[in-house]
Amino acid sequence: MSSAPSLGAAIDPRTKMSQERAELHQIDESTRVLALIFLGTSAVWLLVGTIFALIASWKMHNPELLATQEWLTFGRVRTAHLNTVIYGWATNAGIGVSFWLMARLSRTVLRHAGILYVSGAAWNLAVIVGTFGILRGDGQPVEWLEFPRYVTPLLFVSYALIGVWGIITFRFRRGEHTYVSQWYLLAALFWFPWLYSIAQIMLVFAPTVGVIQALTNWWFAHNVLGLWFTPIGIAASYYFIPKVLGKPIHSYHLSVVGFWALAFFYNWAGVHHLIGGPIPVWVQSAGIVASLMMVIPVIVTAINHHFTVIGSFQQVWNSPTLRFVVFGAMNYSLASLLGSAMALRSVNSVTHFTHFTVGHAHHGMYAFFTMVMFGSIYYMLPRLLRKEWPSAFLINVHFWGTAAGITVYVVALSVGGWIQGMQMNDVKNYPDFLQIMVATKPWLFARTIGGFMIAVGHIAFVASFVWILVKKRTDDEGSPTLFNTPPTLSLKTP
Amino acid sequence: MNNGPLLFLGIFFTIAFSWSGIVLTNLVQQTEAGATQPIYDKELEKIVPAPMTGDARQGQAVYADLGCIYCHSQQVRNSLAREGGPSVDVERNYGRRPNVARDYIQDGRVFLGTMRTGPDLRNIGQRQPSVDWHMLHLYNPLITSKDSIMPPFPFLFEEREIVGEPSPKALRLTGEWAPPAGYEVVPTARAEALVAYLLSLRTDYDLPEAPKSVE
Repeated sequence: MSSAPSLGAAIDPRTKMSQERAELHQIDESTRVLALIFLGTSAVWLLVGTIFALIASWKMHNPELLATQEWLTFGRVRTAHLNTVIYGWATNAGIGVSFWLMARLSRTVLRHAGILYVSGAAWNLAVIVGTFGILRGDGQPVEWLEFPRYVTPLLFVSYALIGVWGIITFRFRRGEHTYVSQWYLLAALFWFPWLYSIAQIMLVFAPTVGVIQALTNWWFAHNVLGLWFTPIGIAASYYFIPKVLGKPIHSYHLSVVGFWALAFFYNWAGVHHLIGGPIPVWVQSAGIVASLMMVIPVIVTAINHHFTVIGSFQQVWNSPTLRFVVFGAMNYSLASLLGSAMALRSVNSVTHFTHFTVGHAHHGMYAFFTMVMFGSIYYMLPRLLRKEWPSAFLINVHFWGTAAGITVYVVALSVGGWIQGMQMNDVKNYPDFLQIMVATKPWLFARTIGGFMIAVGHIAFVASFVWILVKKRTDDEGSPTLFNTPPTLSLKTP
Repeated sequence: MNNGPLLFLGIFFTIAFSWSGIVLTNLVQQTEAGATQPIYDKELEKIVPAPMTGDARQGQAVYADLGCIYCHSQQVRNSLAREGGPSVDVERNYGRRPNVARDYIQDGRVFLGTMRTGPDLRNIGQRQPSVDWHMLHLYNPLITSKDSIMPPFPFLFEEREIVGEPSPKALRLTGEWAPPAGYEVVPTARAEALVAYLLSLRTDYDLPEAPKSVE
């Protein structure tokens, strides 16, 4: 974290320490209610989204489950899952973490946070009504934009306020330096409302003609991941890894390259969802090139994240925050490199239209972003509430449930999807589509098992979350909850 | 990178660039090239692609609200062309020729799709023109397709007591699927619209910019 040395600090280091701590405490205080609103609601949405996910997943191999309930038919329950985890869980968590980070890094208190409480309430209300709308069959048939049109203006207004407030907080920053996380947060807070409003206009309120819809759709949908969730996830990793380890990030210059390369190339990558489709070939090629060029920001970010971790692996393993964040950062590198490979025409001809893509989407959204958010929450809540996590056991269950569960999930769908793609391309040996569909069943069942493991992790997480909220603050809150505390380990607790 | 305005400008420029490139340029390009207008086919003596009928349009809304797009694509691709042979999609009988942008201009809502848990449906009207087959398949896919994982849609049908003559639209259900004696299963208006839409999905014309249909 950047800090400008003041005259007082130069004379007496202890004054500076206590001043900084008091200042930090004040900043954390100003974000507390806001962060609790967004993180609390995100935890609820996580559970709701998990329930939808399990129903949808089970229906994939046993379609007779709840088949007579129209509102829970696969096409709707799957959509309810996507929208609750994206706009309920991931966005709420992302906003909570972003504001806390932005205020801390800008070394300024959050001003007029009351407006944000209203925005937060409005956002969540819109997600609730929108989810009911989807289950009723009012949804918009546009991937990632399914919320019915009667809630999207509310979503946009409440989000726009949130974005503007983030940028204002950045404007009030103190100190000469802006840290890499701030760039990413600023960009994400600006990009998302732009994406959302254009997509709403061009797809829902005044739909464009023909396949331009598909182009707009994938420009939007891929950029939600690339320009909204990814920057927040990277910003959080850039903050927590050096912060908890107490050492600087590997290279400042690489972080500049990483940021601009991501901003430039990720923007164009979405077209790879339409390779081979009825859209101009030049735009497909541009999408493929951009997807491959994503290797640059990914490798650069990987060097910065992983080289900072090297040599401190024991600390990573002991700290709940870092165990999650580093797991996420590693999967960011892995999922992104795989994603670049998937854009190659030769690979895409196998993976496109298969469960491989679904596995990949969860690799990015879950194994990377969601895990980083979990790690961030494990760091933030004790600071915001001035209490320590009540149970290392629950955190352990959370980590192993989710880490193992998502691994089973991604591996099952990748292998199953690859086989599916190979068979679809082999018309001679697999002339009957049904044969190919039936062959995916065991992999889909394995995915459900992974899903149940993840669900166990989520229950442990929410239990911890509720427990730390309700537990009484004791005098003995001094030491942070770790998986195991070696005698030599000392952690900074600001 | 401590210059706030410059940082902001870069953030603005990058997204403006991708939006102009991916969305705006293609919109202008296709409009200018006339690819958003139907053409008159002298042999068929009608404009192609033909406008959707009212029934089909209602059916498309049912297709949308049940989320069919999450498992079915609607695009016959060209990119997997084999050396000297047709594309794999054509080989698989998804259509007689690959689709081009103009094929979608009458669709209103475009359902290209990104998933083939089930087969491509762009030419399902050509491949499976039987109304009866579609009705049975929607009522429960297992009747027509053993071991299918497609969800059944019993709520698109009504099981009712036969009063007087049985309905000519009643599904011909036999064996384990048959309703109790004295009852019949008839499609609702939504089922009929959906089937009308499915049958309307057929690329049975050629366009100057598209590869010729194979027989």
